[in-house]
Amino acid sequence: MFYREAGDFKTSYSADSATFPILFDRYRYYLVLIVGAGIIPFVLNDYWANSILIPFLIYAIAAMGLNILTGYCGQVSLGTGGFMAVGAYTSYKLMTAFPGLDMISVTLLSGLMTAMVGLAFGLPSLRIKGFYLAVATLAAQFFLVWLFNKVGWFYNYSASGQISAPTRDFFYFTNIAVTGPSAESWAKYLFCFMFVFVLAWVARNLTRGSMGRQWMAIRDMDIAAEIIGVNPLKAKLTAFAVSSFYVGISGALLFTVYLGAVEVGEAYGITKSFLVLFMIIIGGLGSIFGSFAGAAFMVILPVFLRNFLTGTMNWDSALATHFEFVIVGGLIMFFLIVEPHGLARLWALVKDKLRLWPFPH
Amino acid sequence: MKKLTILVLSAAVAAGSPAAAELVFPSLSYRTGPFAAGGIPFADGYSDYMALLNVRDGGIGGVMTSVPECETAYNTERGVECYESTRGLGALVYQPLSTGITYQLIPRTTVDGIPLHTMGYGRTSAANGDVFSHTFNYPANYWDAASIIVNQLLEENDGSLEGQTIALLYHNSAYGREPIRTLETLAEMHDFEFLQLAVDHPGQEQGNQWLQIRRERPDYVVMWGWGVMNQVAIQEAINIRYPMENFIGNWWSGADHDVESAGADAAGYRSLNMNRLGDMPVFAEIQELVIDAGLNAGDGSNLGNVLYTRGMYAAFLAAEAAALAQEMSGVADIDASMMRDAMEALEITNEIMEAAGMPGIGPEFAVTCEDHGGTGMAIMQQWDGEAWVTLTDFIAPDDSVTQPLIDEDSAQYAAENGITSQCSDS
Repeated sequence: MFYREAGDFKTSYSADSATFPILFDRYRYYLVLIVGAGIIPFVLNDYWANSILIPFLIYAIAAMGLNILTGYCGQVSLGTGGFMAVGAYTSYKLMTAFPGLDMISVTLLSGLMTAMVGLAFGLPSLRIKGFYLAVATLAAQFFLVWLFNKVGWFYNYSASGQISAPTRDFFYFTNIAVTGPSAESWAKYLFCFMFVFVLAWVARNLTRGSMGRQWMAIRDMDIAAEIIGVNPLKAKLTAFAVSSFYVGISGALLFTVYLGAVEVGEAYGITKSFLVLFMIIIGGLGSIFGSFAGAAFMVILPVFLRNFLTGTMNWDSALATHFEFVIVGGLIMFFLIVEPHGLARLWALVKDKLRLWPFPH
Repeated sequence: MKKLTILVLSAAVAAGSPAAAELVFPSLSYRTGPFAAGGIPFADGYSDYMALLNVRDGGIGGVMTSVPECETAYNTERGVECYESTRGLGALVYQPLSTGITYQLIPRTTVDGIPLHTMGYGRTSAANGDVFSHTFNYPANYWDAASIIVNQLLEENDGSLEGQTIALLYHNSAYGREPIRTLETLAEMHDFEFLQLAVDHPGQEQGNQWLQIRRERPDYVVMWGWGVMNQVAIQEAINIRYPMENFIGNWWSGADHDVESAGADAAGYRSLNMNRLGDMPVFAEIQELVIDAGLNAGDGSNLGNVLYTRGMYAAFLAAEAAALAQEMSGVADIDASMMRDAMEALEITNEIMEAAGMPGIGPEFAVTCEDHGGTGMAIMQQWDGEAWVTLTDFIAPDDSVTQPLIDEDSAQYAAENGITSQCSDS
């Protein structure tokens, strides 16, 4: 019924290798884009933007970044929070040192800076694997947080060690603020949406191209990959660089657009690394859709539960918070038992069933 | 799937919409997480006092109060979410009880025109009302606290701390780092050695810091701790047999639960408090009209303890400002901008405190457009092994030290954010 290839003829190779080869799927993708870019900005209120959509988009970028490294290239990383902090502090230094710089450049430069830092911390991955690498990246996490706490230059020697984002514009010659308190929700939302769209598009095409195949070869069996001619140095380091670029952009946006003021230990601590790791495990390792699904699960579900339990059910707020842990934890276990490959696999199964529906075979 | 979630969500959000004509005082509380021990009594006190006003006086000026609670777990991201979700209810004033959340909310509340009251926490330089139009931190701030402690030590040491060592054991966050600048200035002024010992969040790991204290034997240890960190620090101090009377906490490190677990071993430990200790007539009223009637926010067990009293005091200051706003504007159902104007004109005298059933609970102070910080006075209290005992009367800080620091920091903020003086034109 749905998702049927029947009647959907391809006349060129490029059409055949499209990201969404099935017509129905393609329309669904266009619909999401139209709703996301054309309708939501007009109906958005502050609560929806600041509590749900903007964090969802930002975490989706982080999840994509980690998914490239862990899901596609098989290098376990627990340093996500630290790399996000690199993005945030680069943004802060750029914003305060060059007040004329627009936010698109600031964010991209923050990503590049993080990519370089990621590259440096990726070097050990050439010698160590698996759990040992996880511990090495864990060291990166603690080192970076310590660094941003210790060296006053990073937070411009402010009394409390907090950094706060001044008001900056979308792009040159535009007068639309995307950071600072006076920024409109729709502008912040569209800014994040734009980054998510471009980065997801790039990630999708990177991962199905030659670079992605090299990453996956390394993930599946690095010795075999080396024998068939994949350069592990290049593959692993590009994965670290691209992944850190994504993670850095997400950390920068988390600080500049979403939170506005940040303290490194709290906003970019080890819990953030785990949060993003959980997102990709629940969403599905090695899947771009999984990154979105995981981010939605970890960001939107708690907010929904909180509103439902305290707003609709009139529960006590502390009780609701405790139950939130129970329910989210329970759902994570449920999903991992029912579908160890994450929500992305579940979604693929649904698609397969829908193709045959209403027939069982 | 995403669209379905959004549909369901919007239904859930719509269902939680508010009732009209209420004075809304959102409580961004934390009853979970590592700081819940401090968050619970404060939130109870805040909410119970507002409930008392509703039952006893029919609200403030005839309009009922409401205290929607939102759980932040001391987490800044959840704090933002709570702010956004309660702002639409017609919030009059925010009191997040978290320095991290305060930093987030200062610019937001200024743009949204909602006053932010950070009583004894938050950004110290917000005491300069000329720059921070919507942020208030009366009656006292961190730099006052640092100055008060040093003043008290000066008095005990016949006016000289020369050659002594004072260690600051602080929570490694914006909160804990706030007093460093003041203490550095004071160290230079009074010629004492200043040792900084950072404890990482949440504060359960303090072995190294206390090892260093044991090695260097500072004459005094001053603590900027909160939540679970306080109990651990006090236990560690006992373990290394540090003389407890030389161990001094600020007003967030001197609650009942901080010392109760150590009990008699912690006897001698001192801390600041911005409120008076002991029984007050208002407690009996809360017991009778709120707790016995089942209108209390928590389980009622915290009534009268240090942080409960402080939460109640915060609610009292908010309620007095709201009453003043009604008087100034002539409208019963005030909005946030009227509330802000009233907070700037607020004057708390002994008569007002006595009329509210809490005589002498805090210092007398008056807020002005330039000075949002109050007098900055606090008492010093000591744990005798069973209860807190008042040691001193309200001690004044050294304004000649804190004021230049406040001016400097707020001028930097004003320059970074392009803020012009708000007081000169009015």
